[in-house]
Amino acid sequence: MANQQNSEIRYLAPIAVDIKKKKYCRFKKAGIKYIDYKDANFLLKFVNEQGKILPRRLTGTSMKYQRKVSRAIKRARHLALMPYVADLLK
Amino acid sequence: MVRQYETVFIMTPVLSDEQMKEAVSKFQKYLKDKGAEIVFEDHWGLRKLAYPIQKKSTGFYHLIEFKAEPALIAEMELEMKRDERIIRFLTVSLDKYAVAYNEKRRREKEKVKAEETK
Repeated sequence: MANQQNSEIRYLAPIAVDIKKKKYCRFKKAGIKYIDYKDANFLLKFVNEQGKILPRRLTGTSMKYQRKVSRAIKRARHLALMPYVADLLK
Repeated sequence: MVRQYETVFIMTPVLSDEQMKEAVSKFQKYLKDKGAEIVFEDHWGLRKLAYPIQKKSTGFYHLIEFKAEPALIAEMELEMKRDERIIRFLTVSLDKYAVAYNEKRRREKEKVKAEETK
């Protein structure tokens, strides 16, 4: 009995604790200063499949560059380089 | 104060090649007459639009980069609005990073071109 009380709970396989990967701002890391609205393929990374702009909390972009990203996407939409609304963009 | 701008406009696909060139040269001439200095030009050609504009699904894209007085921009945009051949346009003023980015891209393009001709 005494032995059982002392024993810790053991798992057969290590429990999957998500080791959260630290998000980072790709513009700060790569030293990008200007986000081109003409490069629609690049901007595609920052929208979901409906063409909506992804929030900062998902992409990890810093506030400063999130503003620039959203401006670039809005410009690209105006020039019909990107859709305002879409289905199955990706 | 002279600033650097970049204008992209889309022309209707119904234009013939000559008509399209005529429309482009009209704006080149317009800018030059008003004292703007054209830095760079790029013709993207016929492209598919992401969504229809005026019931058209394609358009000729043309980009002009130029230096001009800020007062000229409103005038030029009014001129574009009145031109029926142009279905969409966007003028952006370029900050120093944008100018550097554009120059870098142009240099890279030239490098690729030079290697191709080799």
